[in-house]
Amino acid sequence: MLGYIARRVLVMIPTLFVISVLSFAIIQLPPGDYLTTVVAQLEVEGGEVDSAQLAALRERYGLGESFFVQYYAWISNIVFHLDFGHSFEWNRPVSGLLGDRLALTVALSICTILFIWLVAFPIGVYSALRQRSIGDYAFTMIGFIGLAVPNFMIALVLMWVGLRYFGQSPGGIVSPEYAGAAWNLGKLLDVLGHLWVPVVVWGTAGTAGLIRILRNNLLDELRKPYVVAARARGLPERRLTVKYPLRVALNPFFSTIGWILASLIGADAIVSRVLNLDTTGPLLLRALMAQDMYLAGSLILISAVLVVIGTLISDLLLGWLDPRVRLRYGQ
Amino acid sequence: MTWIAGEPGPVDDRPEGTIEAGSPAEPVPEREIAVAPQWKLVWWSFKRHRLALAGGVVTVVIYLVAVLAGFLAPYSNSYFDSEYAYAPPQRLHVVDDGEWGLYVHGYTSEQDPETLGLSWEIDESQKVPVGLFVKGDEYRLLGLFTWDRHLIGPKDAAGPPMYLLGADALGHDMLSRIIHGTAVSMSIGLVGVVLSFLLGITLGGMSGYFGGWIDNVIQRVIEFVVSIPTIPLWMGLMAAIPQHWGPLQRYFALTVILSLISWAALGREVRGKFFAVRGEEFVMAATVDGVSRPRIIFRHVLPSFTSHIVANMSLAIPAMILAETALSFIGLGLQSPTVSWGVLLEEAQSIRVIETAPWMMLPGLAVIVAVLSLNFFGDGLRDAADPYKH
Repeated sequence: MLGYIARRVLVMIPTLFVISVLSFAIIQLPPGDYLTTVVAQLEVEGGEVDSAQLAALRERYGLGESFFVQYYAWISNIVFHLDFGHSFEWNRPVSGLLGDRLALTVALSICTILFIWLVAFPIGVYSALRQRSIGDYAFTMIGFIGLAVPNFMIALVLMWVGLRYFGQSPGGIVSPEYAGAAWNLGKLLDVLGHLWVPVVVWGTAGTAGLIRILRNNLLDELRKPYVVAARARGLPERRLTVKYPLRVALNPFFSTIGWILASLIGADAIVSRVLNLDTTGPLLLRALMAQDMYLAGSLILISAVLVVIGTLISDLLLGWLDPRVRLRYGQ
Repeated sequence: MTWIAGEPGPVDDRPEGTIEAGSPAEPVPEREIAVAPQWKLVWWSFKRHRLALAGGVVTVVIYLVAVLAGFLAPYSNSYFDSEYAYAPPQRLHVVDDGEWGLYVHGYTSEQDPETLGLSWEIDESQKVPVGLFVKGDEYRLLGLFTWDRHLIGPKDAAGPPMYLLGADALGHDMLSRIIHGTAVSMSIGLVGVVLSFLLGITLGGMSGYFGGWIDNVIQRVIEFVVSIPTIPLWMGLMAAIPQHWGPLQRYFALTVILSLISWAALGREVRGKFFAVRGEEFVMAATVDGVSRPRIIFRHVLPSFTSHIVANMSLAIPAMILAETALSFIGLGLQSPTVSWGVLLEEAQSIRVIETAPWMMLPGLAVIVAVLSLNFFGDGLRDAADPYKH
């Protein structure tokens, strides 16, 4: 197992490297560099352009040098000092902007994955065991629709329902009256009352997908000769299902954490904008619109790293659960 | 929603017996099955899948709408009448005083003195006569010839307008806009899929055929592409597109950016198939016969799984349509004056709009119908793709 973990972590390093180069390339894409933006902004505000300060900045970001020198200046600051650069739009260090929002994004993602598991597991197992029953058809149909509806539309409709029938303030994660309040039971209940909307919206596509995968896997497994053999030996049906086929079919629950996370973090920008949540998505959107490239690049880097970490966790869990996976990696 | 194209879809799991060609009503004799060409077998097995068949029909209809948009839409893309902001949908009456005759009722509006918003009433006393094949704005049909007839529209082009599906904030006709948007939204899927198909089949094919270090490198690239969160990356690339680019350039930039990601799933599929086929006897036979490598690939290996690739492509189209919708919705995809379903939905972002003008969500319905029918169609195609499987 230790060898497996070590190998799996080593594989991550080139991926992280390529991701960071890509994020930096995106920072570099718009014409002009960071300093021209700063100078232009200072001139608009009528401020003095301090040449010594400019030189210091130029030195720090390696501006005017080749792509790789600039890249090194950027990434080494991140790795060694956790310094993601400066957001000129907010006029604050990027790292300061990220803290709270990142926490909310991660918390919401974890809630959503739990929601997806809780919903997909019973439905997936039911659909496979009662294949071609009315319930199975109904769930398949709902799943198809869940995949076809853009999730911002679900968000809009749920928000409208919340406003119309439950009198909830549209969007946000807390009601205005609790906005500045310290944590207490009332605020907690209020947050939970708001939380279901983003969780359901984010979870729909993932749930539909996971149900499909679980159902197909379980069906494949149930047709295998060892199941027939066990049945022929008179093993009770329940034990027959739970003991092996279900265990094997459960693998996607862990193997999909990685890309469910990827799609959650991706959908974040769109859903959170509609629902008015303070997550990283809308921040990225705004940074891109304003060409606030250090902020945007850092956000893209962090979302990608989060996904890589999610994939790592899912692979480790999978290796722990399924010896075949460990073995395959060893070869 | 950001489903990666090529994820395992629902499988039709009816008993996997022999090819029960055709529906029970018209059984195909066994002799005919034995000599039928592959496409015929695919068609027979596809036909049994009712939902897929229905999906296919709807897909064809939607593409027809896209091609004939100028004729089917009552108004041109740029037509608007700002006096009719957020006018609600009108009902099309077919019978006029006991005789056949198309008409809609006119509107009366009242301005709220405080909000200055208009509240609309359908005025039963007014009748706006509607006709088929009426003269209207000029358009180019199929890009070939200019015409000015529209399938349906008010008889008097200078008279009061007709809004069968309501109007938006500027008084554009939603029906016309949705029809014009069909062309853009549906073609993004096609063009993008063709691009990612070229990438996927080249790289996946190389990977699968040569194996070794080439395979290794391409596999790492595919793993990497699949693992990055797509929407932030798309957003970053779209934001870098120069502002002065015209609609056509933006359109192609968007398709290229979308296909940069989606080729990976197809590439993986092609590679797997190559690995499976490489060891088959017919490839060996061709090699022993001294057939050249390119000829083996293009004449023998590729045709053996073309149907699979086509099925996978048709499943990648809906993912592209959803991606375009999402990007345009947040303002980073296509932008007006280009009209796509996503661009139209961008105006339906706030809950206020949905309360006052729910018909602004209708482009979303178009997206759902298109994506659903393409998904059903693609699923059926994939199940039917390999008639020799069972």
